[in-house]
Amino acid sequence: MHWLIDTPLVLVMLLNLFMLGVSRMRSLIYSAAVQGVVLSLLPLLLEKQIGAMIIVVAVVTVAIKGVLIPQMLHKALLDVQIKREVEPLIGFLPTMLMGALGTALSIAFAAYLPMTQAGSSTLIIPASFSTMLTGFLLLTTRYKAITQVIGYLILENGIYIFGVLLLTAVPFLVEMGILLDLYVGIFVVSIILNHITKAFSSLDTRRLTALKE
Amino acid sequence: MLLPVLIFIPILAAIAAAAITSNVLRPWIMPVAAGLHFAGTLAVMNVNTAPIWGGWVGMDPPGKLVLLLISTLFLICAIYIVGYLRYRTERSNRVLIPCLLIFAAGATLVTCAQQLGLMWIGVETTALSTAPMIYFNRTPRSVEATWKYLMLSSVGIALALLGSFFLVYASLANHQHATLIFSHLVRHAGAANALWLKMAFVFLLIGYGTKMGLAPVHTWKPDAYGEAPGVIGALLAGGLTSLAFLAILRVDRVCIAGGLQSYTSHLLIGMGLLSMIVAAVFVLGQKDIKRMLAYSSVEQMGILALGAGIGGPALYGSLLQMINNGLAKGMLFLAAGNIHRSYGSKNIDEVHGAMRRLPLSGTIFMLGFLAIAGSPPFGPFVSVFTILNAIFARHFFFICGLFLFLLLIVFVGMGRTVLATVFGKTLPRKRSINAYHDGLMTSLPLMLSLLLILILGVHIPSFLTHMLRQAEAFMQVQP
Amino acid sequence: MLNDVMTIAIHIGLLLFMPPLLPGVINRTKAVFAGRKGPPLLQPYFDICKLFHKGMVISESTTWVFLAAPVVALAATLLAGLLLPFGPFAAPIHFTGDLILFVYLFGLARFFTTSAALDTGSSFEGMGAAREVAFACLSETAFLLGLLVLVRLSGSVSLTPMLLSPLAHPPEAPVLMAAAGLFIVLLAENLRIPVDDPNTHLELTMIHEAMVLDNSGPLLGLVHYGSAMKLFVLSALALHLFVPFQIGIFGADWGLFVIEMIAMAAVIGIVESTMARLQMRHVPTLLMAAGLLNGIGFVLMVR
Repeated sequence: MHWLIDTPLVLVMLLNLFMLGVSRMRSLIYSAAVQGVVLSLLPLLLEKQIGAMIIVVAVVTVAIKGVLIPQMLHKALLDVQIKREVEPLIGFLPTMLMGALGTALSIAFAAYLPMTQAGSSTLIIPASFSTMLTGFLLLTTRYKAITQVIGYLILENGIYIFGVLLLTAVPFLVEMGILLDLYVGIFVVSIILNHITKAFSSLDTRRLTALKE
Repeated sequence: MLLPVLIFIPILAAIAAAAITSNVLRPWIMPVAAGLHFAGTLAVMNVNTAPIWGGWVGMDPPGKLVLLLISTLFLICAIYIVGYLRYRTERSNRVLIPCLLIFAAGATLVTCAQQLGLMWIGVETTALSTAPMIYFNRTPRSVEATWKYLMLSSVGIALALLGSFFLVYASLANHQHATLIFSHLVRHAGAANALWLKMAFVFLLIGYGTKMGLAPVHTWKPDAYGEAPGVIGALLAGGLTSLAFLAILRVDRVCIAGGLQSYTSHLLIGMGLLSMIVAAVFVLGQKDIKRMLAYSSVEQMGILALGAGIGGPALYGSLLQMINNGLAKGMLFLAAGNIHRSYGSKNIDEVHGAMRRLPLSGTIFMLGFLAIAGSPPFGPFVSVFTILNAIFARHFFFICGLFLFLLLIVFVGMGRTVLATVFGKTLPRKRSINAYHDGLMTSLPLMLSLLLILILGVHIPSFLTHMLRQAEAFMQVQP
Repeated sequence: MLNDVMTIAIHIGLLLFMPPLLPGVINRTKAVFAGRKGPPLLQPYFDICKLFHKGMVISESTTWVFLAAPVVALAATLLAGLLLPFGPFAAPIHFTGDLILFVYLFGLARFFTTSAALDTGSSFEGMGAAREVAFACLSETAFLLGLLVLVRLSGSVSLTPMLLSPLAHPPEAPVLMAAAGLFIVLLAENLRIPVDDPNTHLELTMIHEAMVLDNSGPLLGLVHYGSAMKLFVLSALALHLFVPFQIGIFGADWGLFVIEMIAMAAVIGIVESTMARLQMRHVPTLLMAAGLLNGIGFVLMVR
């Protein structure tokens, strides 16, 4: 049955590469949303008995990751109607190569890690690591503030995938923790995004250079 | 049931503060809440609190120490902020005050959380409630500082969450029952998977180290401390960092119980020394007094991590240093805030002769510098000396030499900036800045903390020694 | 025995007569998405027939290469089609290592097409050839990497045993990765939309169409026929990864194959109508991504 979990995980990894290579902000936001939705469905595929609680959690996760946050980001994008292109510090191709290399390395690395045998797929840890790496790459190699927020979102997605491993052992805590982190974090970030827009009339972090040594 | 009350006092106060409409009246809720909190803290110190709520909430010895520190610091800052906000009437404090109170609630939660996830939620609360405080001034520079702080600390918090997952998975991977309660984790750590445990420690160290401000993840510190009001800087440098240190200590304890003593101590010593080196490099020639204090904080965190890494008596010194640093840094930031307010600048090109214009704040700034740099008769001298002694006793002569050398560099670097600020001819006042003079509410907290640091330097009260010993013993677990 | 003969006959029949249907389906899908009625499904057949009845104008500066290219390209594609199993049926020709031949027959076709483009001496055609070759460097690598995954998985270097082995039951992660990579290769090799727009008539942005600007009449018909056949062959290859079902009844399986091919063309049509063509400078990124996907698939398998 583990192909049922592998297939969404492969999709997640495909989206990782796509997000590193894509140049349009809107595509980036949409693919982050799709990735979030795919991930929120993972617990449903893994859990043996599907109770009401798990469905509620999945629905809330879909709502936050798939609708709320993308909409907020989209609105922030519309507010600053200047450039809709992702602006990379390091080009798309090198970052994509780094992402792919990281994915390959995490696949190789995960093979050495001791795993529980509890019926879960061997793809979870590589997918988790490579998603986190993608998040880091987006966070560090893109100039726009929104892209950095998306990078953070992807990083959280990676952690969420790892959390899936703990689902049966520590139920709900994982999802709750991540949801809280994400929701509150993004909420505060969105306020600041708004203020950056007002103060600098752009979301380009290259303008944030007053504070340095 | 005292601990939940302690958490709920600030929360209720925050709700009340958000409900009060008067900008003048609102700050007064701070001393009231802080006073109640402090009284509650003193009560907690004396009773032996058994874990409640299935072991999720309870007091361990290091937690007690940190709670005492935070509550004291919060009281000091709460008195100060009433005076401070009189000079900031142009800005609404309706966000600031509730955020401060939520920060206090989160901090209390961290000190008494005995569960990995609960502790993480506490740290998360303090981290997020800090962001609006840094942004209080609403200038482009403060937006920038807040953005950098938010990005870095969010990533740090996320990594800490991942590290917590690894910690849980370490026992799962060896077919153990999963648990998140610290005492259970310590008990079963021996049976946990060492590789996952190692990874967990690295991620938790980086994650909570970001909060603590250890190099190389300290970069938000100078920006945030520099742009936030002085009183916020005091709470961050004295409070938030101590909370993160507490979190690292608790995780370290689990890893020591898992037989990774040498591994974690190497990491802690490495990061501690790196922080001290980075601080020494950047503090030299620093013209901004608040940024200078931030680098000094990085250095202090390095000392704490180093002491924790060496362990034993050094850990004792480290915990004492944590309290000294909390009080001294708090005092320095409050004094720096006063100076900043009076001069309308925090750059030594424009700030001279603070001792003449603000006799009290200027003097205390000077004394605070001497204290934090480790000169007698102040508290930090004792604690730094204890740590040095312990390093000597372990025959780590190279570390010892480097430690002394870096202390010297920081002393020289800070000294230049502080002397330039405090002495010299004072410039005529700018008319645009509202005239600041040391008042009762803004100078009483400074004197109070100075008194405490002096007491700690001359004679450590026996109850504190007892608590420190307990904490030191608490950290010594057998694998 | 009878079945074997029938298989070969149907294989060759489909290979010869079905290809122009696919561009027809694609165009109809795009028309439906755009809210138009669109040309008849069989329009490409009519076009090719019409072109075969026309006269030819051949540039004086060209040599025999220009005349040979469409013929060689068509022949190479046809041979490649004979090496590939359609649906669950073995290919008419199969031997160890036919996989390499399969890939390089397309290389041969490309060599002649680009040579002919250069042969005309036209600047636009030279530009198209340069682009074609530059992108081929990346897409051929990706193609081979993708096939490598399948080789490793099935343990065979011949197309027929490789593709007829139960590759994707259930869909393993490496196969999914390789399928995604090969789909991009399919789009790129046939110069479909994210890479090139087959309908464009702006020389500056064209790749394949720019190379055949000087062809006319029967030669152009051959070019069209050849590219339709290439689309057919590569789609048939991709089908093995996407829908590896079979029924087990001879006739039904062939019917299923035809339906799947039409569905594949419809999917390509949907991709074309929902996506915009990439800027030329982003195309290498896409092709690189295909290669990386296949590479990751390979790593996933050997770990």
